[in-house]
Amino acid sequence: MPVDWLVKTMQSRGLEVFTQSFSRTLPFPDENKERYMVHGTNVYGILRAPRAPRTEALVLSAPCSPGNSNNQAVGLLLGLAQYFRGQIFWAKDIIFLVNEHDLIGMQAWLEGYHHTNTTGMNWSPLQGRGGSIQAALSLELSSDVITSLDLVLEGLNGQLPNLDLANLFYAFCQKIGVLCTIQGKLQRNDWDSAAGYSQALQTMLLMVLKQASGRPWGDHGLFLRYHIEAASIHGINSFRQYKTDLTTIGKLLEGMFRKLNNLLERLHQSYFFYLLPSLSRFVSIGYYMPAFSLLAAILLLRALDLWVQLGSVVQGMEDGGVEEEEQVRAALVSPTIMVHKVITPDRAMYIAPIFIHRCVCVCVCVCVCIYIYIYIYIYIYIYIYI
Amino acid sequence: MAFKRFISLIITLFFCILLYLQPVLCSNIEAKASQFFSSGHTNNWAVLVCTSRFWFNYRHVANTLSVYRSVKRLGIPDSHIVLMLADDMACNHRNPKPATVFSHKNMELNVYGDDVEVDYRGYEVTVENFLRVLTGRLPPSTPRSKRLLSDDRSNILIYLTGHGGNGFLKFQDSEEISNVELADAFEQMWQKRRRGAPFCRYNELLFIIDTCQGASMYERFYSPNLMALASSQVGEDSLSHQPDLAIGVHLMDRYTFYLLEFLEDIHPASQATMKDLFKVCPKSQCASTPGHRTDLFQRDPGTVLITDFFGSVRKVEITKETINLTTPIVHEDHDPSRPAEEAPETQTYVDQLSVTEIIHQKPKRKDWHPPDGFILGLWTLILLVFFKTYGVKHLKHIF
Repeated sequence: MPVDWLVKTMQSRGLEVFTQSFSRTLPFPDENKERYMVHGTNVYGILRAPRAPRTEALVLSAPCSPGNSNNQAVGLLLGLAQYFRGQIFWAKDIIFLVNEHDLIGMQAWLEGYHHTNTTGMNWSPLQGRGGSIQAALSLELSSDVITSLDLVLEGLNGQLPNLDLANLFYAFCQKIGVLCTIQGKLQRNDWDSAAGYSQALQTMLLMVLKQASGRPWGDHGLFLRYHIEAASIHGINSFRQYKTDLTTIGKLLEGMFRKLNNLLERLHQSYFFYLLPSLSRFVSIGYYMPAFSLLAAILLLRALDLWVQLGSVVQGMEDGGVEEEEQVRAALVSPTIMVHKVITPDRAMYIAPIFIHRCVCVCVCVCVCIYIYIYIYIYIYIYIYI
Repeated sequence: MAFKRFISLIITLFFCILLYLQPVLCSNIEAKASQFFSSGHTNNWAVLVCTSRFWFNYRHVANTLSVYRSVKRLGIPDSHIVLMLADDMACNHRNPKPATVFSHKNMELNVYGDDVEVDYRGYEVTVENFLRVLTGRLPPSTPRSKRLLSDDRSNILIYLTGHGGNGFLKFQDSEEISNVELADAFEQMWQKRRRGAPFCRYNELLFIIDTCQGASMYERFYSPNLMALASSQVGEDSLSHQPDLAIGVHLMDRYTFYLLEFLEDIHPASQATMKDLFKVCPKSQCASTPGHRTDLFQRDPGTVLITDFFGSVRKVEITKETINLTTPIVHEDHDPSRPAEEAPETQTYVDQLSVTEIIHQKPKRKDWHPPDGFILGLWTLILLVFFKTYGVKHLKHIF
């Protein structure tokens, strides 16, 4: 990565430029070069807000990958930096970040910015800082004309930014007239037909699978753990008649940043847990979590069934003549008390494995069910309130 | 000799008659003078409050500042205006045009200007401070610019804007004032006359409110001499007028926008009455229905001038006689049917500002002047040359 050239260019644009070097020992060797250690440098420039105190910041990042995979994003970033420098309505500092080695560099930068060290990387401390980050956008552009922009939301461990960020982006794309896709699929007009329904279903399932994989699908995914709303914008150049150039994309990003600049608090009004069958529709957690809870309730029902059977197994081994209501009452009483009642040794050899097996099944079912419920509860509340 | 004595007798008789008649003439002037002093109010105050913070409530600050400029233009001085703005929009970090607050799109009219004096700013605009200003219960260290020093001959204009609901108005995103509190504050202002304090705090009061469901705020008034106007009825929302695309926020609310347009046509000698003010912003222009309440007001609204509340008009009457004011003037009972300014003539004011043209884009009316010396000389030259060339005989065709 051309670190010196980037430093010089950003400085000539009027930003405060700093670098951070990092290194990480990979747990597995890289398939190309069999190397175990990754070294890199992040370069970032801070555009200070002309009149505001340095309490809040926004981040625009572009990963610098070798080859042709992301060769236009840094150029757009530098162009935007020059344009933003001439405006006076910024109320937050804007940090233009170019990170090396994609996620590794981004993680090093975030850890350095927030003074945490969760992955055990070595990184040099950050010389310049900009206040608490309110929102971040990550750019990936491979060509200088694009036909559509893909919005990538899924982050680390399946975490998602606030739905308001996605709505904001989509509404603004519509206003400017740029095509916007999600999961690579465009919006349709006919959601009621079978083809429309199947596309919506496919989009939603793709999102579920991407979240389930647990890995972040863009550089933005690492911001979400620090409660910074972030999304990745991926430029796609496919075979379509109408192509938009980088100036329009620049206008779009400027508009997005202006909207984020006008925010007074972090985005928190909309959902954090949702599934998107399309960009204009969402399924919130209030809809999909009860379905999953009902699946987990099956285990409870199974546990109850086994419990009742335990009671009736022991009863069946006693001598006959026991009344029906006694049997029912006996089934409700704890089986362990009943075990100490009359069971002859030879019968015990026969019942014991089945009995133990059923006890264990009950315990496992109940424990798993409770574990799932508690996990859902903690997951939701920790991610919302941190 | 006898003739001289006769003349001197006539003169002394004349002077005796004059002396005799003098008291009669004097009492006529005194009657006129007492009439002059017994009419309504002698001073005007204004309390203008914007209650909401944050950049997206730009329009509330612009509302208040536009009423401020109208009131100031019509003559109320800064010492008699208490201006309370809950946030600083002109110097907000997000303002792309710093030190300005615009009320018309395309940045036509900057209501912030050079000489705005804000008395309560930022976090000082609270319900407690507002009620203390109205009732006068301020700590002794409060400077004069933050006090409402009105007396029982003051007409007060109170203008409130912000976010409101049914029966309340929100201050600063954290507290509310209810309509009952407001009505009680006005009653305190009225009651002070009877409590042993020498003056009650207002003669007549005009209350204007531009919020959602504003009519609910004046439902509970019960003190006399109050007139109230609101931008919307209970259950309706007051809407904003137009966004400016360069600044990015809505600049004004509709009711105050049309109120500003109406007030820009008022000059200090205008005879427009409250009935015209009630017609400002009908439902076709504002999406809400403005309301008003006049049952507590003792005069007929058709006889009340706008400048009684919005301006500070000094009544001037020129007299050439001397008036002996040794006996106290007895206030006559105020006759509600008689119009308030009967006796004095007011001077007319020069049309001071050209802001009306900015808003309405009317062309300036130019008076006709007779042609001046140059034109006359030119025409004389032309005529002379004509007659010289073609002879004097053509003169008969002209005359």
